[in-house]
Formats: sequence, C-alpha cells, structure tokens
Amino acid sequence: MDQFILQILNGLDKGSAYALIALGLTLIFGTLGVVNFAHGALFMLGAFVAVTMSKLLTLSHKVVDETRTDFLGNPLQVDVPYIYDWFGQATGDVIIDWAVPIAIIAAIPVMIAIGFIMERGLIKHFYKRPHADQILVTFGLAIVIQEIVKYFYGANPIPTPAPSAFVGSFDFGVALGFDPNAIIYPYWRLVYFFFSIGIIAAVFAFLQFTTFGMVVRAGMADRETVGLLGIDIDKRFTIMFGIAAAVAGLAGVMYAPINSPNYHMGMDFLVLSFVVVVVGGMGSLPGAVAAGFLLGILESFASMSAVIDILPGINQIIIYLVAIIILLTRPRGLMGRKGVMEE
Amino acid sequence: MLGLEKKDFRLLLIVIGLTMLAPFILNPFPEGSEMAQFNAGYPDLMQRFVIFGIFAIGFNILFGLTGYLSFGHAAFLGAGSYAAVWMFKLLSMNVLPAIALSVLIAGLFSLIIGYVSLRRSGIYFSILTLAFAQMSFALAYSVLTPITGGETGLQLALDDPRIFGASQTATGNIPVPALFGLEMRASYEFSIGNWLFTFNAGYYLAAIFLIGSFYLAIRIFRSPFGMMLRAIKSNQTRMSYTGLNARPYTLAAFVISGMYAGLAGGLMASMDPLAGAERMQWTASGEVVLMTILGGAGTLIGPVLGAGMIKYFENIFSKINDTILHGWFAFLPDGLENFVVAIIHPFIGKGWHLTLGLVFMLVVIFLPGGLVQGGQKIAAMFQRKKPEDAKSKATEPAE
Repeated sequence: MDQFILQILNGLDKGSAYALIALGLTLIFGTLGVVNFAHGALFMLGAFVAVTMSKLLTLSHKVVDETRTDFLGNPLQVDVPYIYDWFGQATGDVIIDWAVPIAIIAAIPVMIAIGFIMERGLIKHFYKRPHADQILVTFGLAIVIQEIVKYFYGANPIPTPAPSAFVGSFDFGVALGFDPNAIIYPYWRLVYFFFSIGIIAAVFAFLQFTTFGMVVRAGMADRETVGLLGIDIDKRFTIMFGIAAAVAGLAGVMYAPINSPNYHMGMDFLVLSFVVVVVGGMGSLPGAVAAGFLLGILESFASMSAVIDILPGINQIIIYLVAIIILLTRPRGLMGRKGVMEE
Repeated sequence: MLGLEKKDFRLLLIVIGLTMLAPFILNPFPEGSEMAQFNAGYPDLMQRFVIFGIFAIGFNILFGLTGYLSFGHAAFLGAGSYAAVWMFKLLSMNVLPAIALSVLIAGLFSLIIGYVSLRRSGIYFSILTLAFAQMSFALAYSVLTPITGGETGLQLALDDPRIFGASQTATGNIPVPALFGLEMRASYEFSIGNWLFTFNAGYYLAAIFLIGSFYLAIRIFRSPFGMMLRAIKSNQTRMSYTGLNARPYTLAAFVISGMYAGLAGGLMASMDPLAGAERMQWTASGEVVLMTILGGAGTLIGPVLGAGMIKYFENIFSKINDTILHGWFAFLPDGLENFVVAIIHPFIGKGWHLTLGLVFMLVVIFLPGGLVQGGQKIAAMFQRKKPEDAKSKATEPAE
C-alpha cells in the first residue's frame, strides 16, 4: 500500500508538468487551430527565466575586504552582490534564496510578451497553411530558440536550487500512519503539484467565469459566428496565445529546481506532451489535464521494480504504448470533441 | 529512354553525372589552400551525402506524394543498420546480403508500423509514427540489448561466427565489409598538381544505389500508382467517393519509403560496421524531414539537394571558427573586423544548428516548395530568354 501511494505521488510532479504543457498546447490548438511544436521551447524558456533571475540576483561587484588577505598577502577581494548594497546582507540572502519564486513574477510578463511576438510575428501567417506547414515552421522555431539559449547559457545543465525552506522531504509515512520513511516526498515537488493545480484552476476559472473567457470559449466553438457578432476574436486569441505561453513558462520556472535546466529539456517534454494531448483528446482542456496526470502516474507505476520484473522495459515505453492503444481504439482521445482534426 | 520522358531522363543523367564525378566537383580547391576547408570530397562525407540522399528520396515518396508526415522514419533506418550488422556478424562480410536483409527487415518493420499507423491521418498519424519510433528507440536502448548492443551499440567482434567468411583475418583483426573482395574503405587517390581527388569504393557502391533509387523514384512519380498517391494528398475524401480505397496505396508508399530507409541504414552499416540506437531517435527522424522540406517535398531532385546541403552544413560549416573568420575579414579595419566576426560568430562552428533552424524557417515561410521552388523562381526570371531551360526543372512543387 505504501508503495502504491509513493508511486502516485511520484507520478504527480511529472504529471503536473505534462498537464501544464498539454494545457497550453490545447489552448493554442483549440483557439487558433495551430499545432505548436515550439511549445516545449517555451517551457524551456521559462526554466531559463529562473536561471536568469538567479544570475541577476547574484550579480556582484568586487569589494576589497581590508580585514582579510588572500594567500599572497594582498587584501582579499570579495564578490558582493548588488542586492546586499540595496537591502543589506540578511534580506539580500533571503531574496537570492527565493530566486525561483521571484522568477515567477518576472516570467509572466516575459512569457506573455514572447507569446505575443510569436503569434503576431510568425504564427499569424500560418492559419491558412496546412497543418504540416505549421508543424514544420514551429519545429524550426523550436530549433532556433533552443540554439539561442545554448549560445548564451552553454550546453550543460545549470543547477537552480529551490529556496532552502523547501529543501528536504515530507514524511507522508508518518502522516498517513505507515512506518516512518516509507513514503518520503521532497517538499518542492509537493509545491510544484499545488502550484500547477493552482495554475490549472486559474486558467479554467478565467475561461469559465469571465466575459473574456466566455467570448474565447464561444470562439473556440464557432469562430465565424463570433466574428459575425462584431467581436474581434483574433485579438482575443492572440491574448490566449500569450496566456498559453505563460502557462508553459511558469511550468518551466517551477520545474527548474526539480531538473537542472538545459537547452534541450523542452524537446524532451514536447514529444511526451503531444502524446498527452492526443491521449486527452485534441482540443479538450479537461482531457489534456486528466491525461497529463494519468500518464505521469502510469509512468511512475511502470517504473516500479515489481512491474519491471514482469515486463522488462515497460517503464520506457508505457506512455507511447498507451498513446497507440488510445489512438487506435478511441481516435478522439479520452475527452476529445467531435470534429476536431478529423479532416 | 529507359521508359522515361525526355526531361526526366535528362534529370537522371544529371544525377548520374553529379554522383560519378562528385570527387572532382566536391574538391574544387587545391590542397593546403585557404579554401581547402570547403572541400567536401573526402569519402566519409561523400558517403553520407548519398546515403542520406537515398533516405530522403524514400521519405519523399511518402511525404511528398501522399502528404502523410511521418515523424518516425529513423526507426527503419536503425532497423536496417542492425540487420546489416547482424549479417556481417553471422554470415560474411559481403555487403550485398547485408543490404538485402536490411531492406527486407525494414520493409517488414514498416509494414507492421504502417498498417497500424495508417488507420489515422493528419497529426494523429505523425504522433503514432513518432510513438512507434520512440518505442523502438527506448527498447533498442534497454531491453533488446542482446540484439542491439544497447548503449554501446552493435559492433563486430573477433569471435563472431561468420559462416561464409573468416571470423578474423590472418593478422587477427576483424575483417572489413567488402563487395566480393573489394573493401568498402579502399580508396584510390589521384592528384593533379595541388589537387587531390579520392575515389572510394564504398562511395561508388552507395552512389550506384542512389542512382538506382532515384530511377525507381522517377518511375514511381510518373506511374499511375504515383498519380494515386498524389490523389490521396490532394483530396482523399473525393478519392474514396470515386470508389478507390486509399489505404493499400498509402501502405504501399509507406513500405516503399521504409525500404528506402532500410537501404540507407544497410549502406551506413556497410561503410562503418556498427549500429547504435541513437539512429532511431526522433531527432534523426526530424532530420530527414528537414532535408526533404529544405530541398522541396514532392519534387524529384529536392530531397537529394536537401540531404546534401544539410550534411554539407553539418560537416563544413561547423568547422569554421573565429580564427578563420578573422582571416577572411582581415581586409577590414580592426574595429569593424571584430564587429563583423562577433556578429557571425553565433551562426558558425557549434552554432551551425542555429543557421540550419533559421534557413529551415525561412524556407518553410517563403519557399514552401523548398530550394527547387527557389531555383524555379530564379529560372522564371530568365524565362523570356530561355523558356526551355525553366521547364526542364519544372517538377511539381509541394503544396
């Protein structure tokens, strides 16, 4: 039983990332009808916003410390972050420690801006082109974004620690009445899970309870009629693209402490996220979220040693296997709408 | 000639000429000169040109004609490589049975995957092929290690049986792949003045296969079967309303392109007898998509051009470094020189992928028909002068 709960928990954080990326993909697909292969790159950019933020906060200048000397006997030069000068050392340390959460605040405008530029500058011109062209141009864009990041940040993963308050693990074993240490789970992953639940809830609430969201939903259902009613639906869809980019970016920011960001992390997630979207059903937001968590949990169950003993290698292929089965038996995915992508 | 129309035959002759004379054409600069780094006429790279050319021609039969975008074609290339290496291990070092088996295995493999994947179209088809290829990659990397060699890849060993050949040579080495005694790595070097030309046996074998594949592709393009495939691309619904079942045609195209990929994989293993799982990864599948689109999907010569261009970029462009750039721009004033070099720097050397991505995006945006369409546009500018010339290139661009 404890193993069972542990695997569910393990699946949740990866599932959260899948769900967030798939949610953004579906938002873009449902509104604009574009298959965005650059979405993984947006996720990666989010993670690098966190990296940049922690670098910016530790930006420092050299100060000569008169009290200490280096090994040559000269006065020691110490790197002092600018933050210390402004806020004092104690506050400065806290701010540096909290770089990743602070990056969230920066990531929202940055990612929305990137989303706008992408949509207005490039994707706008591809609405009338075949899906294959959309896939190809966004695939090219993903390569370009990836290479730019590689140029500035190098090819190696950059460790970006979580705030020290979240280092360590939560002992679920004790909380649920099992043996201590039976189920331990890092705090940050727990934070990630609740964070993604929050984001997902916010997106759904935004679509469900605001006038803007209502118009967008109407546009997803029947773009032409909404246009005929005199609403500039294109503008709203552009904003939705920005929001989708921000969702992917936030998923990336918070993921940075879990896996040190490197330039190709986006592509690794993208392939799986597409599978998630297809399993959930093209164009269905709840489907994308459900499938994200489902596949995340399935993946962690498949990597249990008891399962691997019976079916070796299953942990590597489970997601693809599920995708193939679902596509062949339920072509619309778990919750797909009728008539989406069935030309 | 050979059942081809006049302009197709001319195209075939051009390809034959280019491949046969490639050692000359690709080595235009004398050894030791500053431009020698742009020479592409060394065996390893020439082999890659033709092998990826074959791969792209095959992919184009599927994507260019039927419009089905497969993101998993590298799986067939990988399967072909494994089959060929196993043939070297078990049978003999002769390349012909190895290549034959790799085509066969890739054909069977693509028959299975195609049969399942072709039940869906559009993005679903792309995802299905991607899923299958990633599955093959993951399995080849882990569980199938006894067959595929896992992380280290499949390599020849001294104690392989090789029923019809020797396990090891007289000197105790692993024998090399050969065609009835003609070793694939054997080269004949020929120099005129400062120019050095290398004629490599493996390259010419691969080139002959390329010519054969190209001829077959022309025949498929011009056949009623090819017409059916185009009908699937332009309007599948209408085709089925006229009473034709599209599935057998798409499946046939899929298997043919899978066999082309297997041929490429077999040749790759013949040139260098090892096979690794990374050949199956989806980035490898993405590469062939890039090649085909860059050159011009749906055109005959496009994929070969695209493959050549990407491989040239990969090998030559990535070697340019700052020192070389400084050499080029030495005539500029110092400040300006540094500025120009700094601007170009991100696009060369390790950054060649950035250039590739940008070129690819530009092609998709402005030239959906690829380089071939670009060539046609240029040709059209001179059309009033030479109408005949423009037409000879006028193969159908992709939509």
